[in-house]
Amino acid sequence: MTVTSYRQALHDALRAELLRDESVLLLGEEIGVFEGSYKITAGLLTEFGPNRVRDTPICEEGFVGAAIGAAMLGMRPVVEIMTINFSLLAIDQIVNHAAKMHAMFGGQVSVPLVIRTPGGGGQQLAATHSQNLEVWYAHVPGMKVVAPATPSDAKALLTAAIRDDDPVLFLENLALYNTKGDVPDGEQVGQIGTAAIVKAGSDLTVISYSRCTVIAMEVANQLQHDGVSVEVVDLRSLRPLDRETICASVRKTSRAVVLEDDWLTYGVGAEIAATIQEGAFDYLDAPVRRVAAAEIPLPYAKPLELAALPAAADLSKVIGEILDATRFNR
Amino acid sequence: MAAQRSAAQAKTEQVGGGALVTAASAQTWRGYYRQMTLIRAFELRAAEMYQRAKIGGYCHLNLGEEATVVGLMAALESRDYLFTTYREHGYALARGLEPGPVMAELFGKTTGVSGGRGGSMHLFDAKLRMLGGYGIVGGQIPPATGAALALTYRGEPGPDAEAVMCLLGDGATNIGSFHESLNLAALWRLPIVYVIVNNGLGMGTPVERAAAEPDLYKRGCSYRIPGERVDGDDVIAVRDAARAALTRARVERQPGLLETVTHRLRGHSVVDPAKYRSKQEAERLRGLDPIPALRARLVAAGVLDEASARQIDEDAQTQVDAAVAFADDSPDPQPAALFEHAYATPVPNTPHQLPGDPLATAAGARS
Repeated sequence: MTVTSYRQALHDALRAELLRDESVLLLGEEIGVFEGSYKITAGLLTEFGPNRVRDTPICEEGFVGAAIGAAMLGMRPVVEIMTINFSLLAIDQIVNHAAKMHAMFGGQVSVPLVIRTPGGGGQQLAATHSQNLEVWYAHVPGMKVVAPATPSDAKALLTAAIRDDDPVLFLENLALYNTKGDVPDGEQVGQIGTAAIVKAGSDLTVISYSRCTVIAMEVANQLQHDGVSVEVVDLRSLRPLDRETICASVRKTSRAVVLEDDWLTYGVGAEIAATIQEGAFDYLDAPVRRVAAAEIPLPYAKPLELAALPAAADLSKVIGEILDATRFNR
Repeated sequence: MAAQRSAAQAKTEQVGGGALVTAASAQTWRGYYRQMTLIRAFELRAAEMYQRAKIGGYCHLNLGEEATVVGLMAALESRDYLFTTYREHGYALARGLEPGPVMAELFGKTTGVSGGRGGSMHLFDAKLRMLGGYGIVGGQIPPATGAALALTYRGEPGPDAEAVMCLLGDGATNIGSFHESLNLAALWRLPIVYVIVNNGLGMGTPVERAAAEPDLYKRGCSYRIPGERVDGDDVIAVRDAARAALTRARVERQPGLLETVTHRLRGHSVVDPAKYRSKQEAERLRGLDPIPALRARLVAAGVLDEASARQIDEDAQTQVDAAVAFADDSPDPQPAALFEHAYATPVPNTPHQLPGDPLATAAGARS
């Protein structure tokens, strides 16, 4: 076990897979000579050469589509899209092609493609560079979408994604890259499609993923001191979605809040709330609440940006409201 | 002209496209005519089956484009990979897919080449390296480019190297994916030939109203990709130009752009009556039909006689009859098979609810 940053964990997984399997190939803008916009791929060009770590022109549709074709012929490309905002330039290739080919061609071909891309606001990058569009991809059958919150899961799930024969959108977050955590040494292969109880509790369940799981943990740990036992479910995988783990937790705690970085309307939380009402309706003591981003193109100015993004205080407030409404004795 | 021929040439006949007929090439000519005739018969029958509601969805036919289809497929080696558009029944047949499973795919049967999951626009055969018909205009171009990229990891350039042929229509040359892909192919020196099958119309819009440079073969200039335009009604001209471009792709890893100028005899799809065409234009197009033209030339050259030409027509009808019978007799997919091929790598919690089914978690709800 070593304390490692999320950034380093991603780097380690990429490097290990490049070493292990010569069909693994990295593609993306500025990943080689520039060493990556967020330095995830630092040093890999020097170690593996320009054929394995391939800089691309600025053409998301072109290079994501090319990665799909390479994957059809047995390569295992890992594409970096600089931010999830730019994935929209490639969305036809992702949604209409990568996600469709295996089923549409009767199982004759598979697309072992990984698209690594960070989402998230909070860096004063304004409206076009701060979005959380993961639910667009999580909506689409044929896709797998993972969104790890910890360095350990980042490494294990990236390894699993590279070895998986389906297209995987691997969601990162600008605010997570410098976070640190224990990472088991050596090879760890995660399980796509399963959530994790990252903190056990008995009074209320917070369901979250990616950056928001870190916030949920902060709030849960604070509330522990106040005598409130919060269970935190880290989704890790948005498609497939581990509904049973969510519902089992809520059946135990009877109270649920979803904390999500995307917009409220039609967001991840809407799906979770629907899941809970079907799978744990009779256990609920209060309506499921959602804490999500304000529905406005994210402004540049810091006070406005802070107001728009979900934060620990917002989650604490909503938890307090649910506890009060259900006469929880603190 | 005849008087100027040498003695050797006098033993052969000029058939068209500059080709001269020898005993060996006569067989080749007959083979091409046979393939074109089969495609014609298949497509006419597909239109009929559509009208009889045996085929659903969209159905785009290669009627009028048979010389281009057969010429291109004659140039493509079995080791090469093919990506096509949604107007691809003829290419599938000329690539070697059996007419029965192709028709069965149009009928949506389990025996179809894509298991009945793709339909007319999405024919696929991994073994024959026919890597798909694609329904999104221009959508196949980036994956085809990536397939060529994968080939550069597999082997060295040379005359026996593998290559990719990527077909696209004239309308696709206005799409970003076309330009992004040509740039990547040239930048990375990929073994790929892009073929623009220019039938003059993107649905109902003429090339001149859609492309600021209507000489489509010139559109590779920005990427230093050499372009060539050939008469798409001349099967030999198409074959030879495609073969030369494929050779450059194999040996020099020089991507190529070939434009074949051809004609769609009918509408965009079987439901399009092509009202945007005048009667005179429709008449002119019938005059350009490559199949009667080739037949007349081959008969005139002594490569075919009326009896053997008729035999080829009858054989094509027999094959298409058998294809329809095969498709008709094949089983429909069962709803229980709906979630087959949901993922290539199975993972927990993969959805399998039919409309109205409860979520799996509902089983745990308090009764």
